[in-house]
Amino acid sequence: MIACNDIAFQYHTDSPVLSFPNLDCSKGGKLLLLGNSGCGKTTLLHLMCGLLRPRQGKIEVQGQDLAALKGKDLDRFRGEHFGIIFQQSHFIQSLSVLENLAVPHFLLGQSFPKSKALELLESLGIAHKAKAKPQALSVGEQQRASIARALIHQPSIVLADEPTSALDDDSTAAVISLLEEQCAFAGASLIVVTHDQRLKSRYNNRVELKPNAS
Amino acid sequence: MAWRNLGLKKLQTTLSLILLAFGVGLVSLLMLTEKQLSDTFDRNIQDIDLVLGAKGSPLQLILANVYHVDAPTGNIRLVDAQKVIRHPYIEDGIPLAYGDNYRGFRIVGSDESYLEHYGAELENGSINKAPFEVVVGHKVAETTGLKVGDTFFSAHGLQDETDVHTDKTFTVVGVLAESRSVVDQLLHCTIETIWAVHDGPGEIIDESEREITAVLLKKRNPLAVLTIPNVIRETNMQVALPAIEINRLTQNFGIGMNTLRAIALLIMLISFASIFISVYDNLLARKYELALLRTMGSSRRGVFLLLLLEGGLLSFGGATLGLIFSRIGLLVLAQLIQDKFRYDWSSIGLLPSEWMLFGMAIFVGLMAAAIPGISALKIDISRTLSEK
Repeated sequence: MIACNDIAFQYHTDSPVLSFPNLDCSKGGKLLLLGNSGCGKTTLLHLMCGLLRPRQGKIEVQGQDLAALKGKDLDRFRGEHFGIIFQQSHFIQSLSVLENLAVPHFLLGQSFPKSKALELLESLGIAHKAKAKPQALSVGEQQRASIARALIHQPSIVLADEPTSALDDDSTAAVISLLEEQCAFAGASLIVVTHDQRLKSRYNNRVELKPNAS
Repeated sequence: MAWRNLGLKKLQTTLSLILLAFGVGLVSLLMLTEKQLSDTFDRNIQDIDLVLGAKGSPLQLILANVYHVDAPTGNIRLVDAQKVIRHPYIEDGIPLAYGDNYRGFRIVGSDESYLEHYGAELENGSINKAPFEVVVGHKVAETTGLKVGDTFFSAHGLQDETDVHTDKTFTVVGVLAESRSVVDQLLHCTIETIWAVHDGPGEIIDESEREITAVLLKKRNPLAVLTIPNVIRETNMQVALPAIEINRLTQNFGIGMNTLRAIALLIMLISFASIFISVYDNLLARKYELALLRTMGSSRRGVFLLLLLEGGLLSFGGATLGLIFSRIGLLVLAQLIQDKFRYDWSSIGLLPSEWMLFGMAIFVGLMAAAIPGISALKIDISRTLSEK
């Protein structure tokens, strides 16, 4: 689970302070963070996974206060507990899709479950692209490969940043369903950060972010 | 991953590799050449303090009579030479007389002390004693196939094989084991044999008129170096000091070597700059990938080490290729040396200085990668990911 309480963040001393509402997402639960461009959605996502440090407030992930972790301990914690899907799919270009899936395990010093990775790619319908370079995949296939990479190491929380912004309605429904199914199957909490109003109806647990400065 | 990343920019990687290989290869080849030259010089100089011969170029005197790679400066009278050998400041003298060859290998007349001086040992047969008996050097036997019991005719001159003395038959009585010194590439007989080859039929030559080519001298007293030139002032003879002449030769040679070395170091510097650019360029192009690695659990150190490894792989590959190139270069050079001077330069083991060169190339390559690596440490992951 993840809980954010009383979070405020400031990029620079002379930039506005961003305040965020309290959030809570239980184990295996789903949360939608909805907001327009510039309201700090991506900033909040980066705060939740420890890429940024809040000026005030507390972020707890699986009972661990992120503020108590530093340096490589925080890096490792992020690697173990989070799977992140970005708006635009990005990969290590020199590696194949399957090898990209091995990176999280490699970085955590764990052995790579190759057969499980192939099963995951199969369930996402891109097993035939396992040996292909990421740049050889279509946008939709890249998005699926991103989902596979985010889930392969069985993280507690999957953070998806605008996963459907570039997709049409059919593809949006397909991708988000896949993401939800795979997270449910893996027992991971899913937090979707988006401005895409099409997703609003799918989530009961949702928080709307508004542009703010204090 | 580092290996694969290098493969992404094949052209740039290949350029860095070739530049470094060329630089390391050239420095390594110079090191090997200097070592082989120095070994060849040292092996053959062996306690020869002075060389007595006809007036002319002192360096030519040394190259002709110690290394047998140049034409002699002329002949000297035996009686004059004996006066020098018997001088109290001289401990020993080895007379040499030559002027003929067999298939390009020199036939040198001397006494047993010449072979003893180089510690030459017989592989087969016995030492030559009678006229026209020949002991064949190891390299000569290997190249010509001469063996004990074989006979042959000599040709006049040191390389030409047209003017053959068909009336004088040499017989091989012994073959030397390899000594890796000049005696390996000579055919050894007595001085009397050399005279007999060149005496006309029935010609009687006064002993006082007999000539030899040179005498290798070992001094008893250091003052010999100053005294002997005075003793022979009124003759057609000169003495040359091998150590000084070779030193002069290597110094002259050294100017060219130093120029080549400077060029090689410049190429190496360019290659390190190329590695720097390659890794830095990769860093800029893959900033997002590096940020991605951080989101997946990689520490700053991990990303730094990845870039360092890329530089390390490039420099290791370049330096290894360079050492291979230098061996190939040496083998080509060795073939030329062997064809022209009959010297064997087949030793291609790694020199201690080459290990240092190898280590230095990898170290500098790592340093060239470390500079962009430090920039990678400072990547703001959140901002980088937000930029896209």
